[in-house]
Amino acid sequence: MVKLRKEIGVSPEEMRAAYCGALVDEARRNDRIVSLDCDLSSSCGTGGFSKAFPSRTFNLGIQEQNACAMAAGLARTGFVPFLHTFAVFATRRIYDQIFQSCAYAGQNVKIIGCDSGVSAAFNGGTHMAFEDVGIMRVMPHVTIVEPSDPTMMRSVVRQLAETDGVFYLRMPRKTVYDLYEPGSEFTVGKAEVIRQGSDVTIIAVGLEVRQALEAAETLAGDGISARVVDMFTVKPIDAECIKKCAAETGAIVTCENDNIIGGLGSAVAEVLVESDPVPMERIGVQDEFGEVGPQSYLEERFGLTAPFIVEKVMRVLKRKRK
Amino acid sequence: MEQAQNFDKIRRLSADIRIETTKAVGAAGFGHIGGAASIADVLAVLYGGMMRIDPENPDWPDRDWMVLSKGHCGPALYATLGLAGYFPMEWLQTVNKPGTRLPSHADCRKTPGIDMTTGSLGQGISSAVGIALGNRMHGRDSWTYCIVGDGETNEGEVWEACEAANHLALDHFIVFVDWNKKQLDGRLEDICKPMDLEGKFRAFGFDAVTVKGYDVEAIWNAIEAAKAVKGKPHCIVLDTIKGLGIPLAEAQEFNHYLAFGPDEAAKSCEEIEARFQNGTYPGGDFKW
Repeated sequence: MVKLRKEIGVSPEEMRAAYCGALVDEARRNDRIVSLDCDLSSSCGTGGFSKAFPSRTFNLGIQEQNACAMAAGLARTGFVPFLHTFAVFATRRIYDQIFQSCAYAGQNVKIIGCDSGVSAAFNGGTHMAFEDVGIMRVMPHVTIVEPSDPTMMRSVVRQLAETDGVFYLRMPRKTVYDLYEPGSEFTVGKAEVIRQGSDVTIIAVGLEVRQALEAAETLAGDGISARVVDMFTVKPIDAECIKKCAAETGAIVTCENDNIIGGLGSAVAEVLVESDPVPMERIGVQDEFGEVGPQSYLEERFGLTAPFIVEKVMRVLKRKRK
Repeated sequence: MEQAQNFDKIRRLSADIRIETTKAVGAAGFGHIGGAASIADVLAVLYGGMMRIDPENPDWPDRDWMVLSKGHCGPALYATLGLAGYFPMEWLQTVNKPGTRLPSHADCRKTPGIDMTTGSLGQGISSAVGIALGNRMHGRDSWTYCIVGDGETNEGEVWEACEAANHLALDHFIVFVDWNKKQLDGRLEDICKPMDLEGKFRAFGFDAVTVKGYDVEAIWNAIEAAKAVKGKPHCIVLDTIKGLGIPLAEAQEFNHYLAFGPDEAAKSCEEIEARFQNGTYPGGDFKW
């Protein structure tokens, strides 16, 4: 049961704390869970795990490639490794290791990418993963999730721990908004319609879910009824939900904190063109590199905020009316 | 006496591995024969008595594990596993054919007895470190072996794995380096100088030695000596010759990957057998 909060505000809990708390809970239940870090334990917030389970924590230093293939070896002997580093290193740097030693070899490894998209903020363009979702999406048999709030994080981490297979979880490090009532439970692979609407559907993921809700509120003031979907599982994408929203609202806008090429927008478009297409627009990074700056600046710079979503909705509605 | 007979048996197994590998690659029409030849002897030692294994039960958790990090030499390992009884010998004739369970590179999802999927170089040794660590965490006394190519040590990941093995003091972990001096495009010395491999491993905290890689007795003894050294991982550099013991490969200076058919294969196999019978195995009058 998923319940959206009436008042949405900044969570007192950082996302990394929610993640680590959830992992510690799972590790108490499952003694096969181990944590691997690459000298970014403090940044990724996994200190709580190493404190609770020092003998199940391996900080391997700055060697992501070895850490990833090592994780696969640990998995081969029955452990459930969670590998933590920044999203850029967790995907593009160790892509081949994830491919061969984890996914192709069928090993049960969880890859956690911290500092997703613009949330890399002051680390700048070198550290700003906009391509991670796209490159991970073309790798067979990998599940991609991006929880949008701490409550969802807890629910999703539980499923990662309990489900065999390679998962890529991307998350911002610090500030997130509390969107869902405590106790809300989500199912990986199943999108959540979190606001009803009939004129257009805004399908959002991660940080963009809050922006989508804000845009929907603005649009309501203009008499436009926007449905909002939290598509926290980018792969496998919930095709049924997309088709239903397309049929019922006739227009779609996708919103993601990464490159529109290969990410959520591409995934939704693929579903639509193979079913009954409706006009669609994509919010996200328009095939650019990242840059340095505060997250709020970057959200504006890359056109990710609610006013940009409103603009895209107006545009898609114009196309819908044609 | 018993030990001597044991080595005779292992030497016979290494000849059979060379023969069956040559036949399998010949049936496929092409393959990585040079580097397969240079690991036949270490495979014979491992699967011919050194490793604690049960071919009837390849996933037995308490077994000794072996990761062929130079995964392109899968056919040599397949020949070994077939001879050890992991699967029917007929499978060896299916290498690289559509639907086979024996692809060119080692694949743990397809072949009984393959402990880890390898092929993209550098990853196998990392996975082997993970396996050795996992076995230790399970409280098993299993040994984890890993065969790395000398060219493979070009990969930075190999040295990351060594750092981790040293830091974690994985003393039930033995790495073999097949120092056959050649990689795909030529000699290591000409492409990317390997420098002192034994010394490099020692610098990375390993207990390291170099032995004649086609001398099964020397390999066996080096493993036994390694097992006696506690608290650090082990490296045995196998001083080998690429292609040695498979005449059609010896005939080519650069024999990383050769195309040949069943007839050529059969001729080489006869020669291997003849050398074995006349006491000149593995090299015959091959000059090195």
